[in-house]
Amino acid sequence: MSRISFWLQRIAQLLIVLLLVTFGVSLLLRLVPVDLATILLPASSEGEREILRAELGFDKGPIGYYLQWLGNFVQGDFGKIYFSGGTEEVSDHLKQAMPRSLLLMVYTQILSLVIAVPLGVLSAYRAGRRADKIISNSLFALSSVPNFAIALLLVIFVGVKFAWLPTLGYVPIAEGYWEHLKHMIMPVISLSLGLIATYTRLLRADMIAALREDYVTMAASKGLSDRRILWRHVLRPSSMTLLTSAALSMGALIGGAIVIESIFATYGIGFEVFAAIGGRQYIALQSTVAVIALFYVFFNLVVDVGSGFVDPRTRDRRVNA
Amino acid sequence: MSSLLSVKNMSINFDTPRGSLEAVRGVDIEIPAGTSVGVVGESGSGKTVMCRAAMGLLQGSNVKRSGTVVFDGHELTAMSKEEVRNLFGSGMAMIFQDPMTALNPVRRIGSQLSEGLRVRLGMSKEDALVRSKELLELVRIPNAAAILKSFPYQLSGGMRQRVMIAIAIACNPKLLFADEPTTALDVTVQAQILQLLRELREDLQMSMVLVTHDLGVVAGNTDYVAVMYAGEVVEYAPTTKLFADMRMPYTEALLESIPKVDHKSGTRLAVIAGRLPNPTDRGAGCSFAPRCKYAQEKCHKEHPELKKDPDGHLYRCWFPIGVAL
Ligand SMILES: Nc1ncnc2c1ncn2[C@@H]1O[C@H](COP(=O)(O)OP(=O)(O)O)[C@@H](O)[C@H]1O
Ligand code: SF4
Ligand SMILES: [Mg+2]
Repeated sequence: MSRISFWLQRIAQLLIVLLLVTFGVSLLLRLVPVDLATILLPASSEGEREILRAELGFDKGPIGYYLQWLGNFVQGDFGKIYFSGGTEEVSDHLKQAMPRSLLLMVYTQILSLVIAVPLGVLSAYRAGRRADKIISNSLFALSSVPNFAIALLLVIFVGVKFAWLPTLGYVPIAEGYWEHLKHMIMPVISLSLGLIATYTRLLRADMIAALREDYVTMAASKGLSDRRILWRHVLRPSSMTLLTSAALSMGALIGGAIVIESIFATYGIGFEVFAAIGGRQYIALQSTVAVIALFYVFFNLVVDVGSGFVDPRTRDRRVNA
Repeated sequence: MSSLLSVKNMSINFDTPRGSLEAVRGVDIEIPAGTSVGVVGESGSGKTVMCRAAMGLLQGSNVKRSGTVVFDGHELTAMSKEEVRNLFGSGMAMIFQDPMTALNPVRRIGSQLSEGLRVRLGMSKEDALVRSKELLELVRIPNAAAILKSFPYQLSGGMRQRVMIAIAIACNPKLLFADEPTTALDVTVQAQILQLLRELREDLQMSMVLVTHDLGVVAGNTDYVAVMYAGEVVEYAPTTKLFADMRMPYTEALLESIPKVDHKSGTRLAVIAGRLPNPTDRGAGCSFAPRCKYAQEKCHKEHPELKKDPDGHLYRCWFPIGVAL
């Protein structure tokens, strides 16, 4: 199998996954035992609802409805949010929310990895000794605190008591990078602490296993320093689990940071999901979930590319498989 | 004769969940400069631990070590880790049993080979790669330029072992520890690798510790042999003397266990009836007593002391072969 056909096959697989997920969501909505048109337009006349049913395909079977939604979705028409006074485009909401979620995710990943990787390396290197015990125990304690509790503590102390940072809202980069960062620091820290604990633990375990390998003794017998051995020889072959976990949490951070986005009024994609559920905006929900699924699939591809870099054997295994 | 490496009263214990494991017990060993010394014994007898401890490569918080190691005038056991490290590459080097696991799976051969040259000899990247290619040619790897760019998993076992040898000799070491360098290879490749090691030793004037569980490997490739059993050196003699006039019943059993007919790869495992004693619970008497056909009452009660023939032949047995009592 050539490299190109591997990637084509992989992308086809992921597209099938996407279709299945979005169809599943679509089917679930149709199974809700109420009339969707009545829910979306509670104050309208039956005639107006009839028009909406035809427009959204509620009058068709589940497959017809799905195909109509899918056709719109791939053309960038994500549907509308219905208010008593009119409608808003879901795509406008997502355009607002997307950069917030993406930046929140990117900052959280950077902070988590920048802290977790050295901690993981150090605690694996000192496994069973004091530094390792201190790191492992404090991270265990940290990871048992839910992130909203950390968020609330930050709000109370950093935000209110000392008033060092703003507690609410989002400022786009265009309005000043420092101002933007100031609004991101507390949400990012809240999301990062748990991840730091997870990442450190995963990397520590894989590195301890790798440190027992002969190639580490071999590297030492070449006269390399411990530092060089850890960073140049052991880290990369030990980071596969970390890579996979990080990619999965990227997807989770984009769609699942609802609580933190609400506490700090960052209002990203997670909040859009929350709002769509609360407001019974089924079309918005379906499209937003589809966008989140797209991100999961994209980060899955990132893992595939990354694992080829982390371990060259996987590249050839694919080609020879 | 001056010793390049001298190990005195080395003991290595591992703390394990089942108690303290005595992997090496009071080993004395001398490697005269310019010689090749075989270390033979069944799997688990402590050969690897002894070599790694001699080089200071045993890591871990569960290791307890005692004894002294002197290499080329340096007392390694009194030196810091950094000071010992400075002797690696140009002083001592090691090759390992399984060339698949001893090469880093995710780094190219070129980077693994040139790394030592750059770190230890301070070569530039370009010079190191040129030298790396020469080294691959020195260990008779065809198509060296292409091999430099490949990953270990893309090479055959024999090629990987040659690469590992190239890495080990890169900085021209005085002493090479070869820990079962041919065990993972099939017979024809085994012979080629041993041949290569002989030639390199000659060309580079390198001493060698050749670890094997196969007395057959020791025969044409060493000047002296140390036989290890249950963490102890139980016999030490010039190779020709050992084969002609061995003292230890264990050595005899090892020799008898060499398969006489031709064999496929990997089947050349010593099979002596019975097993090595439990390393966390060594008995009082001779460790070999439960398996020894010459064992007598005394063997089970008292640990035999080291004895020395007038010609320097050492052995640890109450009832040695060929000695009138
Ligand atoms: N890191 C370690 N921790 C605990 N026990 C070990 C360790 N390394 C080796 N051993 C034990 O030490 C003994 C000798 O092992 P080894 O030197 O590898 O034998 P050989 O090389 O002769 O086959 C074995 O019982 C082995 O299980
Ligand atoms: S001391 Fe006794 S048991 Fe041990 S090897 Fe000699 S004869 Fe055999
Ligand atoms: Mg061994």
